[in-house]
Amino acid sequence: MLGMLLYGLINSAVFMLMAIGFSLTFGISGVANFAYGAFYVTGAYVTWQLINSLGLSFAISIIISAIITGLFGALLYRFVLFRIRGLLLSEIIATFGIGMGMLEFYRSIGLSGHSYKLPTFMDGSLEVLGVYVDYQRVIIVGVAATLVFFLWFFSHHTKMGLAFRGIAQNEHTSLAFGIESEFTAMVSMGMGCCLASLAAVVIIPLSLIQVEEGSNVLILALAVGIVGGMESIAGVILGSLIFGYAQIAVATYFNPHYTVIVMLAAILIVLVIKPSGLFGKFKELEERV
Amino acid sequence: MILSFGKDRESGNIKHRKERLDRGIKARSDTIYALSSYREALYLLFPRAATIIGLLVLPLLLPEYWIKVLVITCVVALLALSWDFIALAGMFSLGQTLFFGVGAYLAGGLNHYVRLSPIFTIPLSTVGGAIFCTILILPVLRLRGIYFAMVTFVLPLLLIRIIEMTGVLGGVEGLSALSPLPNLWVSVYLIIAVFLVCLFGYRRLMDTDYGLILKGIKNNDLAVMSRGINIYLYKAQALLIGSSAAAFAGAFVTHHYRFVGLPAFSMDYTILPIACTVVGGPGTFAGATFGAFVLMPLTELLRAIGTWRVVLYSFFMVVFIILVPEGIFHYLQRKYHQIERLVKTE
Repeated sequence: MLGMLLYGLINSAVFMLMAIGFSLTFGISGVANFAYGAFYVTGAYVTWQLINSLGLSFAISIIISAIITGLFGALLYRFVLFRIRGLLLSEIIATFGIGMGMLEFYRSIGLSGHSYKLPTFMDGSLEVLGVYVDYQRVIIVGVAATLVFFLWFFSHHTKMGLAFRGIAQNEHTSLAFGIESEFTAMVSMGMGCCLASLAAVVIIPLSLIQVEEGSNVLILALAVGIVGGMESIAGVILGSLIFGYAQIAVATYFNPHYTVIVMLAAILIVLVIKPSGLFGKFKELEERV
Repeated sequence: MILSFGKDRESGNIKHRKERLDRGIKARSDTIYALSSYREALYLLFPRAATIIGLLVLPLLLPEYWIKVLVITCVVALLALSWDFIALAGMFSLGQTLFFGVGAYLAGGLNHYVRLSPIFTIPLSTVGGAIFCTILILPVLRLRGIYFAMVTFVLPLLLIRIIEMTGVLGGVEGLSALSPLPNLWVSVYLIIAVFLVCLFGYRRLMDTDYGLILKGIKNNDLAVMSRGINIYLYKAQALLIGSSAAAFAGAFVTHHYRFVGLPAFSMDYTILPIACTVVGGPGTFAGATFGAFVLMPLTELLRAIGTWRVVLYSFFMVVFIILVPEGIFHYLQRKYHQIERLVKTE
């Protein structure tokens, strides 16, 4: 029982890390980044290359790869999405095309197999109230909590963060206050991709770098966002808690195979009851037609 | 004068410019024509007749291998039409493979478990698949914008997992040894016939008042609502009509290959139709057709480069949507409807 609670928490932290970058970008710039999964894999792959080809240490590689991925995202916004901002169809197709292209590119250059793995931060495990948890999982929970606190602080107590929220609430009014919406949107895209990269280097040590992870992460980010509410951080936390515990509960009491059904059912039920997500209040009026 | 054009421009003595004139048969809009002679009627009929006759004659001329390519081209073109139709009603789907896969699995299941022959399974799964998908997506129709794309993207991937994990409908191995269609000729002409019916049917439907409402929902849903029209009903109907074409494609492919499995939900069936529509030009159906008949044979020729194909498609897709959002077809159409001539500038 206690193990279930603990592993549910870890699961939720993993889901939250995966979803938060997507939600950040969407909440601020309104761009649904369907290339998000590809950026997740990019973060891991760049880190792997830095460690194994350039021989840098793990910590430095993480920082450099987060910066590279973030810059890449920002440039993608500046040179691709900037031109089609507001054209929904074009945005969807452009990000989706770029994401698919990147993932298939990694597949083509042979990103598969057991050699592609990242080192853990710390080996060994910890005993918490009679349940063994390895350090990597503890770190995941720690990183997730830190990131949530950081994002809350950032969006409530820094100038940039307040500008982010202004754009998310009303773009025209914030323009009148001298907030550059295009620049802010570019930064939000960069930050979203940067978070994807961070999530990747924390989570991937538990398994391998796989191209399939790209679409898995995207599905999860979308599912969490749809259930929790696309643009609110509270929604992401709630969504990942629901999925995290649901997965563990189903795996313990029924059959691990049924977890996907729970996910599908959760999405459909939430869409029927409250289409803009459980916490999605910001854009409720706009989205509900 | 035309021959001396290059030279003149070099010397700079006489300056010419190109003048483009619409042919004098258009009345007010792009879809209403005022014809005054058989010649003009022929002029309008030619591209339409050329498509029909060309497609009907093509299987007789091609070797067997390329007939199979033609079948797949028509399947992808059908998916592209379906995508284009749903997009015209303001719903941007990233999950053509959902409609395709549901149709495919319904046909496979009906054939494998109930032992129905393809004559019954194909129509049943066309209608059944469309109804199933519409009901599944119904809650999302209340939301605007991005949610439709997200949900249609997520659903097929979750359905794959469910089939994979629980092993229903053949699980990972899929259902094989299903009843085939009688022979290749029946297959190719069946798919061509359905494709032509969809192409011209959708085009016709979009020109009626019903189509006008669908376009209105895309452009300004609030305006349509203020006319007292229930847009959810219309969206659901559009989804039903659009997804039935894709479900048919799925059911057809199941019997064509005598197999249905997890590849029926593969991402290819999403990305290929969208790439075809974007390259050809969204919104006209003819553009989607054109794109499919350019890209699919190209795919076949580029088979050697393997997974790089998808990279190439994605690249095309992104470049076209950003730089040439109208697609190739609009350009060709404009060329066809305009007379170009050189005139002297004063």
